[in-house]
Parts: sequence; C-alpha cells; structure tokens
Amino acid sequence: MHNLTIKQMSEKLHAGEFTSVQLTQHYLDRIAKYDAELNAYITVTPELAIQMAEEADKKLADGSAELLTGIPVAHKDIFCTDGVKTSCGSKMLDNFIAPYDAHIVTQLKKVGMPILGKTNMDEFAMGSSSESSYYGATKNPWDHQAVPGGSSGGAAAVIAAGLAPLATGTDTGGSIRQPASFCGITGIKPTYGAVSRFGIIAYASSFDQAGPMTRSAEDSAWLLNAMAGFDERDSTSLEREKPDYTAELERSLDGLKIGVPAEYFGEGLDADVAKVVKTAIAEMEKLGAEVVEVHLPNKDLAVPSYYVLAPAEASSNLSRFDGVRFGYRCEQPKDLTDLYKRSRSEGFGEEVKRRIMVGAYALSAGYYDAYYLKAQKLRRMVRDDFINAFQSCDVIMGPVAPTPAFKIGEKSDDQVSMYLSDLYTIPVNLGGLPALSVPAGFAQNLPVGLHIVGPYFSEAKLLNIGHQFQQVTDWHTKTPAQYQ
Amino acid sequence: MSLGKTEVEYISQLTQIEVREDAVDGVAEKLSNIIDLFAQMEAVDTQNVLPMAHPLDAVQRLRPDVVTEVDQHEKLQAIAPAAAEAHYLVPQVIE
Repeated sequence: MHNLTIKQMSEKLHAGEFTSVQLTQHYLDRIAKYDAELNAYITVTPELAIQMAEEADKKLADGSAELLTGIPVAHKDIFCTDGVKTSCGSKMLDNFIAPYDAHIVTQLKKVGMPILGKTNMDEFAMGSSSESSYYGATKNPWDHQAVPGGSSGGAAAVIAAGLAPLATGTDTGGSIRQPASFCGITGIKPTYGAVSRFGIIAYASSFDQAGPMTRSAEDSAWLLNAMAGFDERDSTSLEREKPDYTAELERSLDGLKIGVPAEYFGEGLDADVAKVVKTAIAEMEKLGAEVVEVHLPNKDLAVPSYYVLAPAEASSNLSRFDGVRFGYRCEQPKDLTDLYKRSRSEGFGEEVKRRIMVGAYALSAGYYDAYYLKAQKLRRMVRDDFINAFQSCDVIMGPVAPTPAFKIGEKSDDQVSMYLSDLYTIPVNLGGLPALSVPAGFAQNLPVGLHIVGPYFSEAKLLNIGHQFQQVTDWHTKTPAQYQ
Repeated sequence: MSLGKTEVEYISQLTQIEVREDAVDGVAEKLSNIIDLFAQMEAVDTQNVLPMAHPLDAVQRLRPDVVTEVDQHEKLQAIAPAAAEAHYLVPQVIE
C-alpha cells in the first residue's frame, strides 16, 4: 500500500479496493513498528486518525470525496492542530495543546485527510539537522548515523521510510528542500505568500513558507492544490487566483531554458554531489531542455544577510513566550522579571536562545543601520540577481546542499559551519521565490537532490519539470532496504 | 568584532534571557562567531540600494474596521500556566 502514488491510492480508495480506515491503520502499524528507531514523530494521533478516516470513508461512500479524501497526512509540529499538542520541537511548548487549527490544517481537514501525527523538527525550525529538537534527534532512514536534514527532518524521514504518504513542512531558509535532498524525497517551497502562514508558529515571518513533502512531484502538486490559496487571516497572503498545480505536469520540456550558475559549482561543493547534479541536468537536456550559463554574483552575501534578518525577526516573534499566557512557566518565580527570565531561559534550547540574542543585538540602538538595514539592502541585491538571471532562462538548476547528509553530532558544536551549509537554499528565501528539490541520485550511498528554482508563481512549471524528470528516472521510487 | 561581558549582559537584559555568570564567556564567544559572519556585509557598496522588507514589495493589506474575533477567553486561558476570573496570574507587582 505504502509504495503507491497518491493518484493510485486515491483510485483504489474510490474503487473500494481498500478503505481509508485500512490505509490509515496500515500507516499507524508502520509507525508503531519503525518510529521508535527513527524518532520522526513527536506525537502520533491514532484515535484522531481513525476517527477522521471513518469520516473520509463516509465521503467516499456518498460520492462527495475529492482526490485526496481518505489519504492520511503527517503535519510538521509547527502547525497548530486544535486539541493536539503542538510543541514546535521545544520544551517551551511541551504542554501546549493548540486551541485552533492552522489554515492548512483546516484545508486538509475539509478535504478529509486523516492526521497521523506531528513530525519532529529543529526547535522553532531553527536548524538544518533536526538535532536541536527537545525530543531528541531524528535519524535519517538511509543511515541511522546521519541527520535527516532540517528543520523539517521528521517530515522528510516519515516520507522516506513510508510512515506517511504525504507530509507538510515549512521552509524559512531551506527547511523543506534540504531535508528532502538528504532523505531522497520531493519537496517544494512555494512563492512567499502562496500558502497561508496562519497558525504556523512564527520563526521569521518575512521568510516562513509552508509546502508539501512527498515521494514525487506529482504527489506534491496534488497536496499543494489543497494547501495553497488566499487566506485573509495572514496579512501577507497573496490575493490572486489559485492555479491548478497539476495542470502542467504532462507538458514536454522541449525548449526549456535551464540556467546553470557557474558560482554554484565552485569550492566547497562535494565532488560526488556535483556529479549527481550535472548528470541530472544532462538528463533534462535529453528531455529537450537547453542549458545556458547564468550568474548570481551576490550569492555569498545571502548567508550573512539571512543570519541578521531571520534572527532579528525571531527575536521579535519569540518575545511572546513569556511564561504568562501559554507554554512553559518556571517554578516559583520570585517576581515578574524572574518569571520572564527563568521561563525563557529554561524553556528555550541553546540555538533558539542564541538566535534571539543575535537578533536583538542586530536590532539594538547603534547597530540597526549597520546590520539590519544593511542586510535588507543585500536581500534586494540577492533577489535582483535572480530576476536578472531569469531574463535569459526559465529556471535555475544546481545543488540543494554542498554535501549529502552529514553525521549526527558532526556540526552541532559549530553553528557557523552549519549556517554556511545552507548557501544554496537561503538565497531563494531572501527572494521569496519558489523552488523544488527532487531526488537525483546518490553520493556516498546517501540521496542527493536537484534544486530547481523558478520565477515568482512558477510552481506548476517546477512541478512539471520534476514530474517529467521522474518519468525517465526512478530515484524518487528508491526506499531504504529496511523500510520497503 | 568580539563581544564581552558588558554586551552579553545588555543582550540578556534586552531579550529577558538569563545568562549564568559561569556561562558568559562561552555565550560571548558563540555570539561573536556569528556576528563575525556579518562583517562580510560591510565592504559591499549599497548606497543606491533600497532596503527590501517584503519579497514581492507588497504592502500590508487593510480590512474594514469591524469586529471579527469572537470571545473565546475560556478556551484560550485554559492553556495558561495560571489564570482566574478571565485574568492571567503573575507574581505580585505592586506592593
């Protein structure tokens, strides 16, 4: 059952070959069998899942079902889910039962998609390895010694190991695409504003964007159709007609112009990863695409700019965690200041505290112009590089990450080295552009993704390219031997 | 640029995050490593570049000034560490 595509799964549900309850139970059984070793879920919700599956079966029986009705989903633990613990990977929210649903949770509930549980992640989505979770590190299903990437590492791991057919993630600096690359799955970060941020626990609001994490590009297109769309409760939600993200899947790649930036293949890129990416681009040429050289001269400015802006936004967003209204409160505070300080110091993990402190410093009197304003200017320069490049190409291709998944513990003491490993994904977030990671091969026996970046609102085109690539390659169907 | 004890104490105050006396040096070092990363930005000429706050240069949407929220304080306060009679409880502030 768990090796079917979403479309096949849906056809079988509609044909009555199995029920949503049976399908959901199948995944719950796999979670019970495998998740103890992977630690990919923070919370599993078997009773809720079965109850929702029963309702989905009624829809399937009475003819009101849609394509995704009855297909279970795992939500990253950053999405508020009414009545279910929503921890964001933090001790701060270990006792937080969300009192409402995030917009995308509501959307998927309306379609009738049972919730299997909430997936593990770096605390408050601040990380690239899923090691900073209060609930312990998630393991990569391909190698238990390796990280699954982050921050949506749990989501990537559950898809790779067949512990959910579909998962939701968020991407602030690469948190969908990098774990997708590390775990050999498909993940897309849509254009900023395409998917509502309502009910997503905020990290850096001008970057945060939710998207699907799935086996194939086709599966992502179906899930994105259900997630995207205008929501008045998100002040940056885009008011424009929602496209059908599956509409272009079957289009030929004949004449597609692929921009390949020379800067992406320089020093620091693992030779095996480079080979996988170049082979994948050559495969695109066989499908009729043409390669042109483009330049992104300011790419090295993206990481410092991001690490000013994202922590600055985080320092403001996370000031709401004060031990008063919800979340963790320290024992026996002696006064109000003690309550604030100890609740925050005891409730937040080290990396979260570090980013709040860096952000507050960058915004503080005397440094605002030198750091925050300067970083906002560099943000525009990095974005304009992409706009210029898209004058001569339709999409840009390159690596998602400079290496395959690294070992657990390898970088956890060296923040700057971890930050620099996001050099390919972060520029896309600065620009607010859509980008896809598709499995493209293996390096050192670990999966490697191909990064496909497009102009604003080109999600359907990116998914079309991913889908056509997946018609002639089988990297997206590979699963680790023990989870087949 | 290297941060010292004074800066760490100032940031601790700004963020309401306690830094224990024996942890100050370690925190200062780690924060300095990150702030060193920012130094790369200094050399870039940005004189004619406008700061960018929103990727699509969009402006904040306005809505009619009407009440849209319903009263759900009981539900929202049920998850508070301490609440009573529609108030959040904190240690006494005024003697």
